[in-house]
Amino acid sequence: MIAGGQSLVPLLKLRLASPSLLVDINRIPGLNRIEEAGEFLRIGAMTRMAEVGTSTLIREDYPAIHDASEVIGDPLVRNLGTVGGNVSHGDPNNDMPAVMLALRAEFVASGPSGERKIRAQDFFQDTFTVALSHDEILTEIRVPRRPPRSGGCYLKLEQKVGDFATAGAAVQVTLAKGGRCEEIGVGLTAVGPTVIKARKAEDWMRGKTEFDRAAVQELARLATEESNPSTDIRGTSDYKRRIVALLVSRAFGKACERAGGAS
Amino acid sequence: MRGPEAPPRLAGRVPIAVTVNGVRKEAEVEPRLLLVDFIRENLGLTGTHVGCDTSNCSACAVLMDGKVVKACTVLAVQADGRELLTVEGLSRGDKLHPVQEAFLAKHGLQCGFCTPGMLMSAYALLKGNRHPTEEDIRKGISGNICRCTGYTQIVESVQQAARSRQW
Repeated sequence: MIAGGQSLVPLLKLRLASPSLLVDINRIPGLNRIEEAGEFLRIGAMTRMAEVGTSTLIREDYPAIHDASEVIGDPLVRNLGTVGGNVSHGDPNNDMPAVMLALRAEFVASGPSGERKIRAQDFFQDTFTVALSHDEILTEIRVPRRPPRSGGCYLKLEQKVGDFATAGAAVQVTLAKGGRCEEIGVGLTAVGPTVIKARKAEDWMRGKTEFDRAAVQELARLATEESNPSTDIRGTSDYKRRIVALLVSRAFGKACERAGGAS
Repeated sequence: MRGPEAPPRLAGRVPIAVTVNGVRKEAEVEPRLLLVDFIRENLGLTGTHVGCDTSNCSACAVLMDGKVVKACTVLAVQADGRELLTVEGLSRGDKLHPVQEAFLAKHGLQCGFCTPGMLMSAYALLKGNRHPTEEDIRKGISGNICRCTGYTQIVESVQQAARSRQW
């Protein structure tokens, strides 16, 4: 199946994928809507990254998604690359999965037996392996509507434009009175065989205040502990762990600021 | 993945019709043919360059339905029914497009290999934003790699093109 093709065509060229049949779904209408309906922000799976990047709704209310939409690939890739492709490819180096984990998104899969919803935390199973069956396609991404005093941020360290992340971190927070962290989601890019939901870090931070610097430091440390980066051309595993800590604490600060907090 | 017992099947050719620089072109192509190869080999429009063939450099940039894309990362069959603009389509006869004039005037190139892609990205940027800041320009061309200029003169070229009244 080919939509944006910005991951698949490079794989075809390298002969890493050689399908005997390729179905182009680009002409199926109605799969590129961005709208708030019911309890969700609904993003059609074939929405181009460039369309996400220019959506005022997303920029204002779901800033972590906006952040990611600006650092995926390069402008040409973003003109074709789709949100659905970025998540369903299952590449741990892709940026949108971490954001979707932090935002507790769910994915709508359609197949011969109808529709089913898959939670982001159940979706990313292994490198290039997601919970979609072979006879299913991803049609929509649903993000719970932003509660008041919520904010998010995605930060990515990249060596150059268009490169995959050395590491990336998405943080989504909902603040209560006094800067208490009522809810938090943390997703990590490119530091393991699959995108990582930093559960221990999330559990730790819930109930703590955004001003508690020791708590934020521990949040970053726990996220580092949950990451499992490998040494490669973009850096050593030790270096990447340090980057994870840095990105998580910075993304947390920015997310709180956007939530109307004081960080 | 195809099993070893199945011999590679040479897929049949697929008819496509593409409007290229305002002219309708019809062809029958292999499904695996890349758009850039279709443009260069089938149509003979060799202004569109293959720089890396790994989706990194954007020397192959063309406009498809008004959006700048990497022609090496699109299959030719996907362009069926769409409108393409290649670097050959920028000029009007002997008269260069203002973006081309600006690259000439500001020395926005040295070896020139990235130039067709650079021109197409600059053109797409300016079509959407006639008053870009330097940051807008640098972001706009951030997918296009140039190994000669250090980009400064390219940015100046795009700034000059933005000021042009010849559009």
